[in-house]
Amino acid sequence: MENNFSTEKKGSEVIVVTSGKGGVGKTTTSANVGTGLAKGGKKVCLIDTDIGLRNLDVVMGLENRIVYNLVDVVEGNCRIKQALIRDKRHPGLYLMPSAQTRDKSAVSPGQMVKVIDHLREEFDYIILDCPAGIEQGFQNAIAGADRALVVTTPEVSAIRDADRIIGLLEANGFKQIDLIINRLRADMVRRGDMMSAGDVVDILAIPLIGIIPDDENVVIATNQGEPLVGNDTPAGQAYANVVERVDGRDVPFLNFERGISFWTKVSGIFHKV
Amino acid sequence: MKYFFHRKSSRQVAKDRLKILLISDRVNCSPEMMELIKTDIAKVISKYMKIDSDNMDIQINTKGSKGTREAKTPSLYANIPILDLHKQ
Repeated sequence: MENNFSTEKKGSEVIVVTSGKGGVGKTTTSANVGTGLAKGGKKVCLIDTDIGLRNLDVVMGLENRIVYNLVDVVEGNCRIKQALIRDKRHPGLYLMPSAQTRDKSAVSPGQMVKVIDHLREEFDYIILDCPAGIEQGFQNAIAGADRALVVTTPEVSAIRDADRIIGLLEANGFKQIDLIINRLRADMVRRGDMMSAGDVVDILAIPLIGIIPDDENVVIATNQGEPLVGNDTPAGQAYANVVERVDGRDVPFLNFERGISFWTKVSGIFHKV
Repeated sequence: MKYFFHRKSSRQVAKDRLKILLISDRVNCSPEMMELIKTDIAKVISKYMKIDSDNMDIQINTKGSKGTREAKTPSLYANIPILDLHKQ
C-alpha cells in the first residue's frame, strides 16, 4: 500500500502546459494560471521551456529584467536563484526565462528533471510552458512534470494535434491530463459553425478543466504584459475558474453557449461572493 | 429557401471529419502492414492447426464505452476459421 503514495512530490506540483499545435494559447494559459495561483497566495515558478523562441517573458511583461536563463542554469553559468526573475506585482511569483540564442538541444530531459527537483523545495507550483511540436522541446518540458494541461481551440487541426499529444503523455505515464478549450465563440456554436466544448470533450475524452471564451481583452493584456486572470473580463473570469480547479476546488462551469448576456449575470454573482 | 436544401452545419462536418481522422491517426498502421501481420499470424497458427487462411479476417477496432479514453484504445481482432484442429 505504501508504495502507492510516492514521497517524491514533497507537496509541490509540477504542471506542464502543452498543445502540440502552435498558437492555441499555451503561453497565455501558463501566464494566467501561474499568475492566478500566485494571486491566491501560492509560491509559483513559471518556466519557459521554449528554447530559441521565448515568449513567456513578454506575455508576463518581464522581458527587460532577464539576466540569466534556463540554459545558463543547466550549463552552470549561474545558480538557479540568479536566473529567477521575481514578479514585483505578485509576491511569490517567479519566472525562469528561456534562452533566445540557443536551440532545443542545449538542454536534456535529465537536466530539466534536476532543475525542477531543486525548485520543488521552494515552490508550491511549477508551471512549464511547453514549445509547440513533439520533438525534443516537448520531451524536455514533460520530463519533470507530475500532471499536464492540454490546451486546444475548437478547430479540427488543433484537436487533432491535442489527441496526438494526449497519446504521447499517456505513453509517458501521465495519470492526470486535463483539457482547456481556448477561444470558444458562443455565438458561432449557437449558429452551428463551431464545435462546442461538449463536442471537443467527446472526441478527446479527457477531463475538462476550463473553457476560455474568445476575448479581445487577451490581446490587450498581452500588449500590456500583464495577465488578465481575475479581471472583470470574460477571459479573466474564465482563467480565475481554471486556477481554482487546478488548485483542487470544484467550480461549476459557466454556460458560454447561452451567450454574453448570461455571462454578465454570472460574473455579477461572482462579484458579490 | 435555405431550409429546403438543409446543408450540414460546419460544426457537424468538423466532428465527422475529426472522428475519421483520429481513427487513422491512432491506429497508425498501413494496409501493407496489416497484410504482413495477417500472413505472419497465419504462419504461426498453421504450426498447430489447419486454418482457412483465405477466409481469415483481421482488423483494428476501437472498443469500450463512449466518452472514456479507453474507447479510443485500438485492439487487433482476428477471425480465423479452423479447418482441422489436429495438424497431421
